[in-house]
Amino acid sequence: MVDLATRIGAITLANPVMPASGTFGPELAQVFDLDALGALVTKSVTPEPRAGNPLPRLCETEAGILNSIGIPGKGLDHFIAHAIPEWRRFRPPLIVSLSAGTNAAFAEAAARLAETPGIAAIEANISCPNLEEDGRAFAMFPESAAAAIAAMRARCALPIWAKLSPNTGDIAAVARAVEEAGADAIVVANTILGLAIDIETARPRLGAGMGGFSGPAFKPIALRLTWQCAQAVRIPLIGVGGIATAEDAVEFMMAGATAVQIGTASFVSPTAMMQVIEGLRDFCTRRGFTRSADLTGLALPGRRLAAE
Amino acid sequence: MDLAPAAFPVAERNAVVIESAPVGRRYHRLRLDAPDLSALSRPGQFFHLLCRDGAGSGPYLRRPMSIWRCGADEPLGFLFHVKGRGTAALAALRAGDRLSVVGPLGQGFTLHPSWRRILILARGVGLATLAPLTEAAARMGIAVEAVLSARDPADLMAEEFAGHSGAHVFPVLDADGSSDPLAVEALLRARFEAARPDAVFTCGSNRLLLLLQRLSAEYAIPGQVALEQQMGCGLGMCFCCVRPIRAPDGGTVNLRVCAEGPVFDLQAALGW
Ligand SMILES: Cc1cc2nc3c(=O)[nH]c(=O)nc-3n(C[C@H](O)[C@H](O)[C@H](O)COP(=O)(O)OP(=O)(O)OC[C@H]3O[C@@H](n4cnc5c(N)ncnc54)[C@H](O)[C@@H]3O)c2cc1C
Ligand SMILES: Cc1cc2nc3c(=O)[nH]c(=O)nc-3n(C[C@H](O)[C@H](O)[C@H](O)COP(=O)(O)O)c2cc1C
Ligand code: FES
Repeated sequence: MVDLATRIGAITLANPVMPASGTFGPELAQVFDLDALGALVTKSVTPEPRAGNPLPRLCETEAGILNSIGIPGKGLDHFIAHAIPEWRRFRPPLIVSLSAGTNAAFAEAAARLAETPGIAAIEANISCPNLEEDGRAFAMFPESAAAAIAAMRARCALPIWAKLSPNTGDIAAVARAVEEAGADAIVVANTILGLAIDIETARPRLGAGMGGFSGPAFKPIALRLTWQCAQAVRIPLIGVGGIATAEDAVEFMMAGATAVQIGTASFVSPTAMMQVIEGLRDFCTRRGFTRSADLTGLALPGRRLAAE
Repeated sequence: MDLAPAAFPVAERNAVVIESAPVGRRYHRLRLDAPDLSALSRPGQFFHLLCRDGAGSGPYLRRPMSIWRCGADEPLGFLFHVKGRGTAALAALRAGDRLSVVGPLGQGFTLHPSWRRILILARGVGLATLAPLTEAAARMGIAVEAVLSARDPADLMAEEFAGHSGAHVFPVLDADGSSDPLAVEALLRARFEAARPDAVFTCGSNRLLLLLQRLSAEYAIPGQVALEQQMGCGLGMCFCCVRPIRAPDGGTVNLRVCAEGPVFDLQAALGW
């Protein structure tokens, strides 16, 4: 028997596998039992309703996709009144992804969520544009990332997971900054900015122009970011980016992740998360790990596999 | 991984191809061995297909494909236009190959037991989506008249459309000018006068959608339309497949073709 139990701060997950924000919904319960997941992660909710971006919102590349969905949604009031009760039908800890345009808006929304029963943690999507910084993402710079997390921390007792962006020059500095600002865990990473052009029309293939790149081709970058963060902070990491198989998940854990999120792979295989959980158990059995948590950080400098 | 559809309404499954054959110059049909999924499928629903040829190559994302044949005693079938990389990979599959399918997905057509007659208007491969309606209607004792529009007789696929349902097909062709909008309008008016349908159905052409909306509003006949949109997840999770749909309050809302559709009320759809 392999123990897949996973602790992220005060939260205990049945296993380290959860969905990535924006690629998951209660609709997936048509395909498998969502209670088998380590946690549930909602689409990012914004304080006000948003229409989302012009179409096309998604385009495919050889081994991944670009998206510019634009976080369409009905806003925080509707989310608290309607989405939270729907999610509470399921057992795994509920992680609410929150996105906002200013530190004050992040703080206000976090305070509202903290008063709402049934939420295990807030995942702060600070990869979104900061309206007070010319629309540059909060997570681009250590100072703006830390300011958003600190603003939430001051108003919210729930655990806060800071979701970092690959679109930064110094991920370790951003990771340290959010840790110091009071983040309880770090989710790394959001999509990396990319572009595709339709050469017949000489226009970007996405309605919004640029988009976020995700999927298998993004994996080496996200894995590298996880590895760098692991050497910069002590709080738990949740690795995300291009994970499609249990082997991918093991790589992220060995690079320092305590848990993993799966996004784009669920579009190609809706059962991907279940396959990763099964495969993780198989890997641990085959290699003699009694607890999957023992995989975390094994590939980091100074660590190695115990002699067999 | 195979999850029993008995417990979960949507399956992800490798199904064995039992027939793969070209239809006319540009189309192809596939039939799969998946009796439980076929029995579960409803006309107007679709599957999300992982398009990999025999050598395993194909585009990264799945492709949505309407259910062309379904039912308790019919293999699950798809009929498609070989258009780009995905559909080319599907057309390269041979009997005995495996195809990963996710489905059945989406909201299908509704047939009301009190109806006595329906009229279907389809253009090109749009008929694949509407074809299973003919069998379903026949089982309910509802008569079907269909106006099928195509380039020429080779593209018409009346046999692929009607199967054994006994649907009465009125072909209209670009080749002889009978598919011209004015001619189709005259034909529809004649059918509405001669044998007023209780409902009308369409798919596949913006021009025909707008025509059918106008005429059925004039004759106060309800209708349904199956819409298409590029898809990511096919399940309702990514919001890339939205289309503006008229809301009861007169405004429009973005609805997901994969989840709230693909079938929408005829008058609520907007042309594209
Ligand atoms: C619900 C639904 C049911 C469908 N049923 C049928 C059917 O029964 N028979 C049939 O021939 N076709 C059907 N289509 C259209 C079919 O999905 C596209 O023709 C197919 O995706 C083209 O893929 P490709 O790789 O061959 O072409 P490409 O042109 O190379 O595809 C490029 C991209 O465009 C997208 N795309 C292109 N055209 C369409 C389209 N019309 N709809 C959605 N996405 C598109 C593809 O998903 C892909 O991302 C249906 C579409 C939807 C949404
Ligand atoms: C269609 C789509 C929508 C997304 N929406 C969000 C979102 O709302 N909030 C967020 O923090 N990340 C969002 N992401 C990013 C994912 O959560 C994830 O970080 C990224 O896709 C990398 O993981 P993957 O390669 O497994 O998909 C989205 C990704 C995709 C593909
Ligand atoms: S294809 Fe993802 S929501 Fe419709």
